[in-house]
Amino acid sequence: MPHLVIDRLSANYGTAPVLQDVSLSVERGEIVSIIGPSGSGKSTLLRVLTGLLKPHAGVVHVAGAQVDYGSAAALKKVRDRFAVVFQQYNLFQNMTALRNVTIAPTIVKKRDAAEVEREARALLEKVGLSHRIDAYPDELSGGQQQRVAIARALALKPEILLLDEVTSALDPELVAEVLDTIRVLAAEGMTMLIVSHEMGFVREISSKVVFMADGKVVEVGPPQQIFDAPQTERCADFVRRILRH
Amino acid sequence: MASLIEEAPRFFGYYNLIFLGQAFAYTALLSLVGCGLGFLVGFGLAVLRNERIVGFAPLRWFATIYVEIFRRIPFLVKLMVVFFAFQLAGFDASMFAVAATTVALSASAFSAENIRAGLESVHRNQWDAAETMNMGGLTALRRVILPQAWAIIIPPSMTYSVGLVKSTSIASQIGVVELTYAAKILNQKGFSAAICFGTILILYFILCYPLNLFASHLERRLAPSRHR
Repeated sequence: MPHLVIDRLSANYGTAPVLQDVSLSVERGEIVSIIGPSGSGKSTLLRVLTGLLKPHAGVVHVAGAQVDYGSAAALKKVRDRFAVVFQQYNLFQNMTALRNVTIAPTIVKKRDAAEVEREARALLEKVGLSHRIDAYPDELSGGQQQRVAIARALALKPEILLLDEVTSALDPELVAEVLDTIRVLAAEGMTMLIVSHEMGFVREISSKVVFMADGKVVEVGPPQQIFDAPQTERCADFVRRILRH
Repeated sequence: MASLIEEAPRFFGYYNLIFLGQAFAYTALLSLVGCGLGFLVGFGLAVLRNERIVGFAPLRWFATIYVEIFRRIPFLVKLMVVFFAFQLAGFDASMFAVAATTVALSASAFSAENIRAGLESVHRNQWDAAETMNMGGLTALRRVILPQAWAIIIPPSMTYSVGLVKSTSIASQIGVVELTYAAKILNQKGFSAAICFGTILILYFILCYPLNLFASHLERRLAPSRHR
């Protein structure tokens, strides 16, 4: 049974449709990447999955159970399974790196503070920031902030990690450090749904690539297919323009 | 100047001091009700208006309508409306109660707007992150949003509070003997305008100055610069 199944999901911003009949599935431990031009609905899909935007139609199954986005209790449960890393990091500006990582486990999940802190220190070490745990977000570089955000997401012990263009706001030389961190997670078998513009990375890490345009899934396939032998004109056109430079 | 010195002992006589002290207490009390109750109610209204916290739309509309109406009516008119509303309702309220109610109504609406602006100055991605981590609206408000919003909320709130202390003088219009009214009465009794109004000028300053000290104290406590 797939870990995550999205079945004909649609969503609107006001009256404008931003997702139309989007379907895809992610197996346990699988890494699926979503690519496509700006405004194609990639990030919106992640917003719908985490309940930040209510779907208009369609269903989502996580670990075999259908998610009722209209119910606060069900939403709480599904959010416990996901963790999100945002394009703009979204670190809490009023907290140190360490506090950013420990706040949700202690305040929301009410776990033991000492144990959470031990885990948080280990996670920050894993992302290579054990020397910066007392720094505030505005004292960290973009790449460092994004790595704190990844540690924060992992502290929630998610089943599925959602990565929303996590390198798009970074300077080119900082991209590698964040991608390396994600590679480590991939090697550990974390289920991930990744929205990304880093085509080389997507090709290397994904078992499946989803190409979206205008709020719809245009083509799904293994990276070799999407990048080397796309089956649709739209996808071929996108890949040609992206890979040209 | 010579005449001022000459009338001073008479002006600062026992009964006048009691009279001025009472007036000072009225002004201070009205200001306190306005700043304290006004800020608390205003805070509640700002929270009610926030759709990240309150999902029930009619509550948000209620708060919006309240704020928009009471911000748009001049203080004197509000005073009259409350005065006649109490009369109509058959309450035998004192003039002070009428004035205090008006000050609270007015201050809550203005404070709500200052607080709303502060809350909205915090980027919505902070709410997004908190929400996806299952933090409730009020928890996110307390732990994430407010600590970042105080720096925006406090300065205009303090400016408003000082303004409020001064506008309590309008309560003299319905006969509350606060500082301004007291000065007028003493002036009519024959004391020079200079000594009457000069004295309340100092008293108003004594009332307002601690507010500024309190503001900087709050800013240090609630919105500290992180780079010490």
